[in-house]
Amino acid sequence: MVKVNLKVNKKSISKEVSDNTLLSDFLREKLLLTGTHVGCDTSQCGACVVHLNGQSVKSCTTLVADCEGSEITTIEGLAENGKMHVMQQSFKKHHGLQCGFCTPGMVMSAVDLLQKNKKPNEQEIRDWLEGNICRCTGYQNIVAAVKDAASKL
Amino acid sequence: MASLIGSKVERKEDKKFLTGKGRYTADINLAHQTYAYFVRSTHARAKITNVDISKAKKAPGVIKIFTGDDIAREKIGGLIAGWKIVSQDGKDMKVPNHPPLAKDSVNYVGDHIAVVIAESLEEARNAAELVNVSYKILKAIVDTGNAMQSDTIHEGIDNNLCFDFILGDKKKTEESFSTADKIIKLDLRNNRLIPNAMEPRACIGDYNSSSDELTLYTTSQNPHLSRLVLSAFGGIHPEHKFRVVAPDVGGGFGSKIYAYAEDAVTAWASKKIERPVKWVAERSESFLSDCHGRDHITHVELAIKNDGKITGLKVDTIANIGAYASLFATVTPTYLYAPLILGLYDIPSAFINVKAVFTNTAPVDAYRGAGRPEATYLIERIVHKAANEIGMDQAEFRRKNFVDKFPHQQCLVHNIDSGDYKAHLDKALEISDYKNFKNRKSESAKNGKLRGIGFSTYIEACGIAPSAVVMSIGCGVGLWESAEVRFNATGNVSVFSGAHSHGQGHDTTFAQIVGDRLGVAIENIEVIHGDTDKGPFGMGTYGSRSLAVGGSAIAKACDKIIEKGKKVAAHMLEGKPEDIDFKDGDFILRSSNKKKTISEIAFACYLPGQFGDAKSPLPPGVEPGLKETSFYDPVNFSFPAGSHICEVEVDQNTGETKVVKYTAVDDFGTIINPMIVEGQVHGGIVQGIGQALYENSHYDDSGQLTTASYMDYTMPRADNFPQIKIDYTTTPATSNPLGSKGCGEAGAIAAPPAVMNAVIDAIGTDVSMPATAEKVWSAIKKNGYKKAAA
Repeated sequence: MVKVNLKVNKKSISKEVSDNTLLSDFLREKLLLTGTHVGCDTSQCGACVVHLNGQSVKSCTTLVADCEGSEITTIEGLAENGKMHVMQQSFKKHHGLQCGFCTPGMVMSAVDLLQKNKKPNEQEIRDWLEGNICRCTGYQNIVAAVKDAASKL
Repeated sequence: MASLIGSKVERKEDKKFLTGKGRYTADINLAHQTYAYFVRSTHARAKITNVDISKAKKAPGVIKIFTGDDIAREKIGGLIAGWKIVSQDGKDMKVPNHPPLAKDSVNYVGDHIAVVIAESLEEARNAAELVNVSYKILKAIVDTGNAMQSDTIHEGIDNNLCFDFILGDKKKTEESFSTADKIIKLDLRNNRLIPNAMEPRACIGDYNSSSDELTLYTTSQNPHLSRLVLSAFGGIHPEHKFRVVAPDVGGGFGSKIYAYAEDAVTAWASKKIERPVKWVAERSESFLSDCHGRDHITHVELAIKNDGKITGLKVDTIANIGAYASLFATVTPTYLYAPLILGLYDIPSAFINVKAVFTNTAPVDAYRGAGRPEATYLIERIVHKAANEIGMDQAEFRRKNFVDKFPHQQCLVHNIDSGDYKAHLDKALEISDYKNFKNRKSESAKNGKLRGIGFSTYIEACGIAPSAVVMSIGCGVGLWESAEVRFNATGNVSVFSGAHSHGQGHDTTFAQIVGDRLGVAIENIEVIHGDTDKGPFGMGTYGSRSLAVGGSAIAKACDKIIEKGKKVAAHMLEGKPEDIDFKDGDFILRSSNKKKTISEIAFACYLPGQFGDAKSPLPPGVEPGLKETSFYDPVNFSFPAGSHICEVEVDQNTGETKVVKYTAVDDFGTIINPMIVEGQVHGGIVQGIGQALYENSHYDDSGQLTTASYMDYTMPRADNFPQIKIDYTTTPATSNPLGSKGCGEAGAIAAPPAVMNAVIDAIGTDVSMPATAEKVWSAIKKNGYKKAAA
């Protein structure tokens, strides 16, 4: 067991966890932040993407024990004062989601893209989202949503 | 008031999903919950000689371990095939028993042997490794084509043959072939796929011993149907004491239609240990044990005249249905497949034979399109070949053979009510700029790329299905749908549907139907589904049926509301019901133009009498309350159709194939929400392109699934695709009150042949799905690039 101190969605958390606890399990099972989803066992699908110190990471292959002192933002922490983030609004406007399962990871990943590249072109958006699998949308409306969000940020 | 039908309304359900507030089965945790982990077969075919649980039982945290012996002792029924197919010799299909936990033999890698239930998932998983299963390993039967010549998998099922199905007029078809000018032949394989909904399957059994109530939370597309199967055939619990809840479900594509072994076992086990039992699939378990899709090998022949007219079609298919016959496994390669092979064409004779075989692979069942993608792949591939062989333009050949008068009775089964096939083909030709394809091909050639173009003009039978028809051909249930429209006293509306939304946006589309019919603002309408304790019994969501059947049930229930409302309004306005018009939410007495709003009528129905200023006595004989139920049984299937045109570029040095242009023009009848339809089409097309270029489920000779992770099974990703252009033509369905035909499967049905015809056009030689870089490169190397059109 190891004690970790970290901030999750701006809230300070201090918990004892076993050495092998994955960040995704910690968020879902210990903090009951079930917006972060687990869609595979091989770090391929991207449903579990959260921000670790502002960078998008796959939480299913991140150990909580490695997160000491870090700041984590999950999908639940993206909206501010009840108002959805521009990326969330754009996904809604452009029908960038259907079943919603990949959506949290997709949105968190897209937000990070715009931090790194303010005006990505279509190919850059598609290349960036290559690590997030969506089975419903065919990606086209997700790409449209990210483009639209980029124009507003 | 602007009509809500055809309006691009943003989805009511989106906010919860976008903010992490969706509630999927894996997100649910119950007090006193335990965790299940399944011990699965590591061999494709073996006798179980012993299951030793002695060590596992003593492992930390273990509560209980159940094996096939326990299931057998308690007489828990097997998982069923819900559709009886009769073979050409008049005998019923043969299906083996499929116990939720195997007792004597295992028949595919991933088959369930035991379940370990522990205080934590980690403890359950660790203890499962201590269960020692002894096997007598037998030779696995894996290959679809050889299954009939191999050892018998299930005792009493000779040649591993489930059924030998025929459809059509053999004699007439032989005559067409004997008088044909040309006979086109093709051998095709429809590759095996794994549905891969992004949410892995999950379930929680929760038994309350004091009330004797059992609740199963599960990732299902049809909670009522699952309850029926588990109750009536599994004997898990009586239906009236059994609640099945399918909360938010993260995609289905067919794979979540079926009640699986895990559903039966967790529900039953929670009764045994009197604690909730939770199971969530790891992705590798989904690969191994979710029902797979497709897996056909087929020989097809087409008889044509020199002028390009098709006169006959012959098909011989072997369909692999895996180790056991799953719920819809037998209808998928028969009635959902064979009648649709005629495509959009007026073909006067056809004869289809389908042999379904058991193999030591995961069960194969309905997957997005279910039979119709396999049918469309056949007809569109051979039509492409036929047009080429007689030197006719692909569009012209199709146009010449299109059905152009409706209703049209096909020579096999279906009576097509409506369509305009030339209209969507012409529109697709225009949007795709077909006439300038040669210029684009030359441009590609300058960059060292081979460019090809492929057509797919498809039809599907959706709106599944008229009960009388399907039950006469073996279906074990009627395929109607239910709806309840319930006005609350304050004027807002709760709508209960037996259909289930797992991405399709029913909360919005169904609300649009109700809003449009009843003149209620969409924010005052709530659509509720997915809980057997709430709405009436419903058949669920598959086969593009939710709108055509479930939406029609909602429309019918709304009509009954209006009917009752007219009686109440007439009484309040001092007229007769037949003199009342209903428009945009108002009941209007024609003679006086006086009106009552539907909210006032609802209020009156719930508060019938006088209270202060409120005067709302109901007419004599009218019951209080405003709530109507409809069970809608369609009179026919609906027949969406469309034209898809794909262009690919192939790098002849590497074989890499890219879709560079894709155009889809579909006729879905009346469209309620074009934004949602567009999303369904995009998603379907990408899944179809996935089948054509990337996806393949592969077993090695010993029956090990070699594509059991996202590192081995290629999922379509964002960077694989260009912008897809879509448009519509509209001929409303005549078989339902909405005029809607269904759109959920169209893309997955149309896209594979469009892509493959384009690849073959580009490289001038045949190649099988998925057309991976390696296969395309090898095909070019083996046969040489044959200069096609240009």
